Amino acid sequence: MSIVSKPSGSGIEAPKRLDLRAAIGGGIFEYAPAPESVRPEIADKYGLFIGGEFIEPTSIGSSSSHFATINPATEDTLAMVGEASAADVDRAVQAARDALPAWAGLSGKDRGKYMYRIARRMQERARELAVLETLDGGKPIKESRDVDVPLAAAHFFYHAGWADKLRYALPGRDPQPVGVCGQIIPWNFPLMMLSWKIAPALACGNTVVLKPAETTSLTALRFAQICQEVGLPKGVVNIVTGAGETGKAIVEHDGIDKIAFTGSTAVGKAIAQAVASTKKKLTLELGGKSANIIFEDASLDQAIEGIIEGIYFNQGHVCCAGSRLFVQESILDRVIDKLSDRMSTLRVGDPMDKNTDVGAINSKEQLGTIERFLATGEDEGATKHDVCQSTLPEKGYWCKPCFYTGVQPSHTIAREEIFGPVLAVLSFRTPGEAISRANNSPYGLAAGVWTDKGSKIFDVAKKLDAGIIWLNTYNKFDPTSPFGGYKESGFGREGGRHGLMAYCK
Amino acid sequence: MSDRVPIIKTYKLAIGGKFPRTESGRTIEVHDNAQNLVAHVCRASRKDVRNAVEAASKAQGAWANATAYLRGQVLYRLAEMMEGKRLELAHAIGQGGEKEVDAAIDRVVHFAGWTDKYAQVMGGTNPVAGPYHNFTIPFAMGTVGVIAPDEPALLGVVSLIAPVIAAGNACVVLASEKNPVPAMILSEAIATSDLPGGIVNLLSGYRDELVEHFSSHRELIGIHASGVSDEHRTLLRRGSADNLKRVTIREDIDFFDDAQCEGPNWIDPFVEFKTIWHPSAV
Repeated sequence: MSIVSKPSGSGIEAPKRLDLRAAIGGGIFEYAPAPESVRPEIADKYGLFIGGEFIEPTSIGSSSSHFATINPATEDTLAMVGEASAADVDRAVQAARDALPAWAGLSGKDRGKYMYRIARRMQERARELAVLETLDGGKPIKESRDVDVPLAAAHFFYHAGWADKLRYALPGRDPQPVGVCGQIIPWNFPLMMLSWKIAPALACGNTVVLKPAETTSLTALRFAQICQEVGLPKGVVNIVTGAGETGKAIVEHDGIDKIAFTGSTAVGKAIAQAVASTKKKLTLELGGKSANIIFEDASLDQAIEGIIEGIYFNQGHVCCAGSRLFVQESILDRVIDKLSDRMSTLRVGDPMDKNTDVGAINSKEQLGTIERFLATGEDEGATKHDVCQSTLPEKGYWCKPCFYTGVQPSHTIAREEIFGPVLAVLSFRTPGEAISRANNSPYGLAAGVWTDKGSKIFDVAKKLDAGIIWLNTYNKFDPTSPFGGYKESGFGREGGRHGLMAYCK
Repeated sequence: MSDRVPIIKTYKLAIGGKFPRTESGRTIEVHDNAQNLVAHVCRASRKDVRNAVEAASKAQGAWANATAYLRGQVLYRLAEMMEGKRLELAHAIGQGGEKEVDAAIDRVVHFAGWTDKYAQVMGGTNPVAGPYHNFTIPFAMGTVGVIAPDEPALLGVVSLIAPVIAAGNACVVLASEKNPVPAMILSEAIATSDLPGGIVNLLSGYRDELVEHFSSHRELIGIHASGVSDEHRTLLRRGSADNLKRVTIREDIDFFDDAQCEGPNWIDPFVEFKTIWHPSAV
């Protein structure tokens, strides 16, 4: 190894670090609060959307048939949401089955037109949907406004156009709808996940029974209103709110031909087990522990932004979050310094404030999970870096973004999905070592690679076992771009031409 | 008929480019329709499955990294070697054997031609709404378990193997239980083709004993099966619950019908689509 050509790092004295916050005047130049002022109407109580109508859930024994959905930033109850029992799921499946022949028999062009209408109404009601998403889920308004809702609408717009072109999409097949699709989605991107599920299903002539996550039902229920508004035939979309028991009733229902699930690997495996003795089709988009690899020849400032985007976007509640950061040893110290500086300026707090970078943790339960991981990280000997200087609100569920160094590949925080704003920093020496360490995971959802060397970046991209590879970028999504994982991150793709395969026979 | 006492062959397993006997020491008698003993085959065990998976996983990376052009030539070479064994294969199949061998050889030729085409048909660039170059490429998924139908004994197994290996995967194959001999002769054709050892590993044995080991083996990432019982279908699908195996079970297939058994939809369950983003503006 030549000492002369050694890049800056351990050999060359790094410039003394500035306290970035102090340099910009400490608290003097803080942004003034800029709260989103729109407050959409929220009903006290919501029913289930079955057969085109909102109906009351049937009571399960003596227990209440509604549960509270709360704002995780304030702990205030926003509304009571219906809890669908197995009998309610059965009604929804029946409604979907009744609607199937007419919907599947409609010309592709007409199916597409209904979907274009949905897309248009989502765009027109975007602000209301964004605010609801943020109130119910805790994500920063700038993300629900600029990412979640526009992408959800774009997903319908994109798939609307496929409805009359399916025979061109799947060569050698005569695409037919699968039938009634049971779809179960997570709480991290509620409306966007809904659109990833419903749009391709409808384009291919299927009808759906969708269950949103129990902490984030409101935008799905608002979507149901949009279905009514645009005159979507009754029963084509049915939305049953509830928790695990409702999901189980969907998975086990005989009248369902396909299950599509996005969520944890553990639940995904349980679903695979439950449908094994049936002929139900199955697609699973599960967890991840994605590697973000920074080479010494990367554009460092951009890479730092990519790290932030990779792990702190949406409070780290992202299945493809770049939660394992691999930094080439020669630049490790510089990356840690720069990352600390950048993180010290992240604003954590009121999700409704347009300047907020990191919002509230989605639920008390998830906060507990993250806190257990944080404790484990330190117990196992990693060093926690608390560099975020925001003052947290008194009420609500909050977790300051942080990262760990001194992490061994065997540590829990380097192996398991945390689903929070927690980054494990590891190092490597050679590209080969980076690839083998990145691939040393049962997961394979996404990966990031940062280098300005063209052939190296493609070589590494080719060798990483992951379904999405972001080169010199991270956490980008588009309806035309297939999304889905290798290995235990699930199977099937969503988006693009590839996403249609799961919804056609 | 001559009075010569025939040699009764024991077909061995094909694992890692070699022909070992089963480690279990067990064999199964194979009879013709007149109930004459014609051969013995090995009765493979769980250990044989594990050895075969290990050999397959070891060989798979290099095969996937070979150029698509080379994989096509190697598969075409396999068709040539099968052509040389036409009579032996047809004889082992029995009634209608020649027609089946022809169809099996043609099926290999069909998939040989796909190796350097499916990526163009199945992949592509994605017109994302932003300054990014975005494209999707199919990659091999790894080692796939193949459970062949009883009949057609040769065409069935060939139709299940060919798309799997065309895409750069390796496979561990359980031959027809009713008549494993044509598949074992196929393994001899494979050994003399240019297919690297370990890409196709052929086992003979009982589905009741072996399907569960295919289902539960964590190094197998995919399953391609046909002609399995309801019970075995459930068992194989349960493999998804274990390590997220991609399980494809072909039901009600007429293997003689090219329209049903050829085309990229036979390959796509055995690739992983990888989507790559890169900024295209500075």
